[in-house]
Formats: sequence, C-alpha cells, structure tokens
Amino acid sequence: MAGDAIDTPLGGATGDGSRGRDIALDRGKGNCLICHRVPIEGELFPGDVGPDLSGIGARLTAGQIRLRLVDQSVIAPLTLMPSYYRVDGLRRVGEQFRGKPVLTAQEIEDVVAWLQTLR
Amino acid sequence: MGGLRVLCIAIVLIHSHTIGAFAADGPLRVEAQPLRSASEFLSPALRAEQADPIRNRGMLWVEQGERLFTQPPPGGAPSCATCHARAETSMRGVAARLPAVDAASGQLVNLEGRVNECRIVRQSLPPLDYETDELLALTAYLTALSNGEPLAVSIDGPASAFYAYGQQLWNERQGQLNVACTQCHDQSVGRKLRGDTISSAVPTGYPAYRLEWQTLGSLHRRLRACQLGVRAQLFELGSREYLALELYLKSRARRHPIDAPALRR
Ligand code: HEC
Ligand code: HEC
Repeated sequence: MAGDAIDTPLGGATGDGSRGRDIALDRGKGNCLICHRVPIEGELFPGDVGPDLSGIGARLTAGQIRLRLVDQSVIAPLTLMPSYYRVDGLRRVGEQFRGKPVLTAQEIEDVVAWLQTLR
Repeated sequence: MGGLRVLCIAIVLIHSHTIGAFAADGPLRVEAQPLRSASEFLSPALRAEQADPIRNRGMLWVEQGERLFTQPPPGGAPSCATCHARAETSMRGVAARLPAVDAASGQLVNLEGRVNECRIVRQSLPPLDYETDELLALTAYLTALSNGEPLAVSIDGPASAFYAYGQQLWNERQGQLNVACTQCHDQSVGRKLRGDTISSAVPTGYPAYRLEWQTLGSLHRRLRACQLGVRAQLFELGSREYLALELYLKSRARRHPIDAPALRR
C-alpha cells in the first residue's frame, strides 16, 4: 500500500471488466448496488448510501479503487463501505464466511477493471 | 502518518454522506439528531393501514393475545387475567418500562421473558418460544395496551452494565462486511439501502408485521435480519446480547411513544 492506493494487482491477477460487472451486480457477491448508483440502464433500484460510481474510473486510479475495495476502513476508519478483501481482525463473522474474504483476489481485480471503464 | 491522517480526514469529509461529526481516528461522535422512526418512511398506503385498527394486519395477533390473556388455559391453570384484572389499566405502561433487571435473578428480562416467567411460575406451563403465534399474540396485545406511552426504561444501578454492553454491541463493527449498527442507524439515516430507507432503529413498533416475513415478528428477529445483512454470527433470540441491545435501543429512544404493532416492508 502506498498513500491511499494499492498499486499492484492482488495475486498478480489480470481483471476482466465484463466479469467484474456481473460480480458487482450479483447480490451474493459484490451486491454493490445495495449502496451505490452505477451508470447502467434498467430497473436496478440502487441505494444511495455510498457515492454514485458514474465516472469513478476518471476520478480514481486503479490502485485507489483497489484499496477502496480491499479495505476502505484503512484510510477512512468510520466508513460504511465494507471491506471486501479482509480476513483479519474481524468480529463475529458468520460461520460459513469465516476465514474468507467477501471477494477473491481475482474477483477484486475483475471489479477494479470494470470500475476503470466507468469514465 | 501525519500526511496519511490529513488524507483520512479529507476523504471522510469529502465522501461520507453522514449527519454526524467525525474524528479520523477517534470514536464516533454523532451530534444529537431527532431520531426518525421507520414509520416516517412508510408509503402513504402502508402508513394509513398501520394507523387503522381495522386494516392493520398486526391487530389479528392483538385480538388473539387478548383471548389468550383472558381465557383460562386448558389444564386448570389460572388465566393471566385472574392475577391481572382490568389489563387496560393494570398492564398499561408495562411494555414501556421493559427490559428491566429482575431483582431475584439479576438478569435482564424483556416482555417475552416476563410473559414466560408468569407461565412457568404462576401457570405451571412451559415457556413459549420466540416467534410462536402465542408469544407474538401475547406480546402484541400487551405492547398495544401501552400505545402512546413514552419508552421509559431504567439504565441505572444493576441495568447500567447491560446498557453499556448494548452500547458496545451497537458501536462495534461485525461480520464479514465489517459494519456496525451505528454506521447505518446513526450515520446513514434517511439514505436508501436498495429499496429500504434507513431509519434510526426506534424500537417502539414491535412486534411488527413485516411484509417480507408475511407475519408478525419480534424485535429480536429484526435484529437478526440486520446481523444477517452484514454476514455476522447470529445471536439467539432472547439472548443476553439481544436483550442488551434492546435495552440500549429503548433507552436511546426514551420518550418516544409506543406504536405497536407497526407495519414494515
Ligand atoms: C454497505 C454499503 C456499501 C456497499 C455494499 C458498497 N459500498 Fe462502496 N462505498 C460505500 C460508502 C459509504 C462509500 C464512501 C466511502 C467513504 O466516505 O469512506 C463508498 C465508497 C466507494 C468507492 C470510492 C468512491 C469515491 O468516489 O471515492 C468505491 C470505488 C466503491 N465504494 C466501490 C464499491 C463497489 C465496487 C462495491 C461492491 C463490490 C461497493 N462499493 C459496495 C458504501 C458501500
Ligand atoms: C448495512 C446497514 C445496517 C446495519 C449495519 C444494521 N442495520 Fe438495522 N436496519 C437496516 C435497514 C435497511 C433496516 C430496515 C429499514 C429501517 O427501518 O431502518 C433496518 C431496521 C432495523 C430496525 C427496525 C426499525 C423499525 O422500526 O422497523 C432495528 C431495531 C435495527 N435495524 C437495529 C439494528 C441493530 C441493533 C444493528 C446492529 C446489530 C443493525 N440494525 C445493523 C440496516 C442496517
């Protein structure tokens, strides 16, 4: 981690943006739309707890986006943005989720790749 | 670290959609805001239904509860009404003062617990499980008898430790998603989490009829739904953890009038 970014892809994986889009929309995976609006047409009923992700690829670098997905609480301790790639120091994790991050390294990279296309 | 801290503050200020005041590394300080009940965010149609005793679906349980309260149970045990005559006056305000610490056991007891205590000790009947129609009916009836009464739980003396535990649970991040109750119900009130508008978690409407459940449910069942949402290890219904959270929520919303059974999405 450097400053507010993680510049190296997790596990050296290469992201696939179209897979990333599916992961972000999947309610059992990213479920990002419960909190964020995204520039996609259709009846998606997004939440507005987090900022609108339109244009996020122009506002933030891949490294900055990666850190925000991995564990935004590192830079914003009070953030409501969940930690998608963190397994340590968590409290009372449900049994079936223990020891696993919400998304795998590959899935994080896929979502990073998709968010980068939102410009 | 100094630079990082400035960055933190900047990020928090720019990106948090919050109503509170922040310290980048200190505990959360939320400025006093009027609490907003989920009833405020109901659609006009549901709001009208909740306010109308003829149409409010929860009233079915209230009516069943009145029958269970007045009629003697099979087997010869006395009815609740044998000891608590004229429930409209003798039971008014009881729900507003619970949970409270039971002097004999030192445990925190809520309305469900009180009902079961009478069943065991005075009626020689087995306790009722959470979410059974009987317990929901009795608690809905007794809570509705306190409609309009302001919440008035005590957090002094022996209750103070339970209150402190509830407050700790409220503020602690938990689950795989690593989120605390306060982050939604203090910091994000009025915002949309998918189709739901986040309220201040004012516990005056429970047991409540939730459309998603298609039935009445206890406050503890609602707390479970929130824990599931953050992928946390669930506590048992009626556990000391939920009782402590119930006390914390009811103290936090003290003076808010009871309005049960509420309708929820
Ligand atoms: C429970 C709510 C919630 C969920 C779920 C959620 N986010 Fe967020 N997200 C937030 C909030 C709140 C912020 C603002 C962060 C801050 O101020 O610290 C945020 C910030 C972000 C940012 C930084 C935005 C900016 O303008 O700086 C990105 C990128 C992001 N989220 C992407 C995602 C993606 C992708 C997902 C799903 C994989 C996701 N979020 C799921 C609540 C959420
Ligand atoms: C990620 C967001 C989130 C978190 C974290 C969360 N909740 Fe909720 N909670 C909701 C939503 C959404 C609802 C349904 C809308 C509403 O009433 O606020 C809700 C409803 C409630 C209600 C019912 C309010 C009513 O009148 O019907 C209570 C009580 C409550 N939550 C307490 C808690 C407690 C205690 C915790 C922590 C153990 C918690 N919540 C954690 C989002 C959350």
